[in-house]
Amino acid sequence: MLIEIRKEPFNAWQELQSYQEGLKITGQYGATASFVGTMRDFNEDKKVTHMTLEHYPGMTEKHLNAIAKEATETWNLLDVLILHRIGRINISDDIVLVATWSAHRKEAFESCRRIMEELKSTAPFWKKEDTQSGAQWVEKNTSGY
Amino acid sequence: MQVTVKYFASLRELMGEDSSVIDVEDNTSVDDLWQSVTASKNVAFDNVMMAVNMEYVKSDHQLKSGDEVAFFPPVTGG
Repeated sequence: MLIEIRKEPFNAWQELQSYQEGLKITGQYGATASFVGTMRDFNEDKKVTHMTLEHYPGMTEKHLNAIAKEATETWNLLDVLILHRIGRINISDDIVLVATWSAHRKEAFESCRRIMEELKSTAPFWKKEDTQSGAQWVEKNTSGY
Repeated sequence: MQVTVKYFASLRELMGEDSSVIDVEDNTSVDDLWQSVTASKNVAFDNVMMAVNMEYVKSDHQLKSGDEVAFFPPVTGG
């Protein structure tokens, strides 16, 4: 399991590939589910030029670990990967990567979704968008279900 | 007793500080502290989220000496 908060940009697909290549569970997993969140250039009809992502050092890491642990206790998972950016985010930067590995697709699909929805609604991160009309905090995330 | 209070994101900007050490009386709840700090700065803020020692708590959670209390707006990561 790997859970990291990154200040520097990352390519989610390269991260996913290199992490999976390093797994010592070859032959055991039959399903990999992943979610990648990427920076758009708009939000609620406003043009966004870039944004800044803030977190609560210590609590954010602790909380992400708790979300992953809850998923491994709910589903039969072989591994979990969570990466999340902080700092200045540019258009098309990857913001978040969640991936889960399991023997069968049900566990992988459902756990990846649950981790992502829990992260969106409870992990201490905050976005401040820079738009043509100035910087503003994002007040809430859109509903996932 | 003393507790450390931290603020994040838009709430940090409203409060004009990122953290402070505050004297509180015994049997103070996290909501008592929230009411006190916002009243002292004349700040109105709905939907605050509360954590003590990096765990979410309910508003009636009782504080202990040395606690790290955090107040912040709804989270918007991912």
